[in-house]
Amino acid sequence: MKNEMNLQFSALSQNESFARVTVASFIAQLDPTLDELTEIKTVVSEAVTNAIIHGYDNDPSGIVYISVTLDDNVVKLSIRDEGTGIPDVEEARQPLYTTKPELERSGMGFTIMENFMDEVQIESSKSEGTAVKLTKHLAKSKALVN
Amino acid sequence: MSLAIELDVKQSVLCIRLMGELDHHTAEELRQKVTETLASKDIQHIVLNLEQLSFMDSSGLGVILGRYKQVKQFGGEMVVCAISPAVKRLFDMSGLFKIIRLETSEEKALMTLGVAS
Repeated sequence: MKNEMNLQFSALSQNESFARVTVASFIAQLDPTLDELTEIKTVVSEAVTNAIIHGYDNDPSGIVYISVTLDDNVVKLSIRDEGTGIPDVEEARQPLYTTKPELERSGMGFTIMENFMDEVQIESSKSEGTAVKLTKHLAKSKALVN
Repeated sequence: MSLAIELDVKQSVLCIRLMGELDHHTAEELRQKVTETLASKDIQHIVLNLEQLSFMDSSGLGVILGRYKQVKQFGGEMVVCAISPAVKRLFDMSGLFKIIRLETSEEKALMTLGVAS
């Protein structure tokens, strides 16, 4: 059965926690493992933080859009902003790469997303924004029993 | 859920105990508090106790790396202790263990820095 959820909120750092907890609550119905939940919360946090800091350059009038689709045991996340866009996506994906070292960014966001998810797709264009599309196949422990 | 920060100075060591969630939103307060303490007290090393930390992302790695750079200027060391498997994965991924030492407990970390608790 397919199930979908959409969320949009102001680009404020206090919403990072709201976003990851909300997404985790929605996914809970698939009975994920604790590790899977942590991984999903972490990647949501990474992508939302990127949207706020890089997409909107900390301008709270920006809106962050999240859409989550559950289909059997596949979780599809889309985290999107309508901000500045990433000039070079391949460069941005490199571990430890950051455009804002003065803000103590670790440059590990995309590396974490790639490690924790099965697929990471980044669509970005200048002044139109960035959409990060993440897919994860949950291990279906219940299905093995049924 | 937010982050509670407990700072405790033991001789030349600043013990930082974090409870809750360390993300981009809460990292700034941690950066400020630790920077203020380092400026006002005679501190050489940092022990970071993450026993009660329930969540961390790459913003946490950034703020930890930033504090490491501060103590490194004083010729000091940063030791992290009591970390969860989830946080350990992030440390492993980013290579932070190459510069930050891991100990099992705060007592042990303090002992290795020559502080009797």
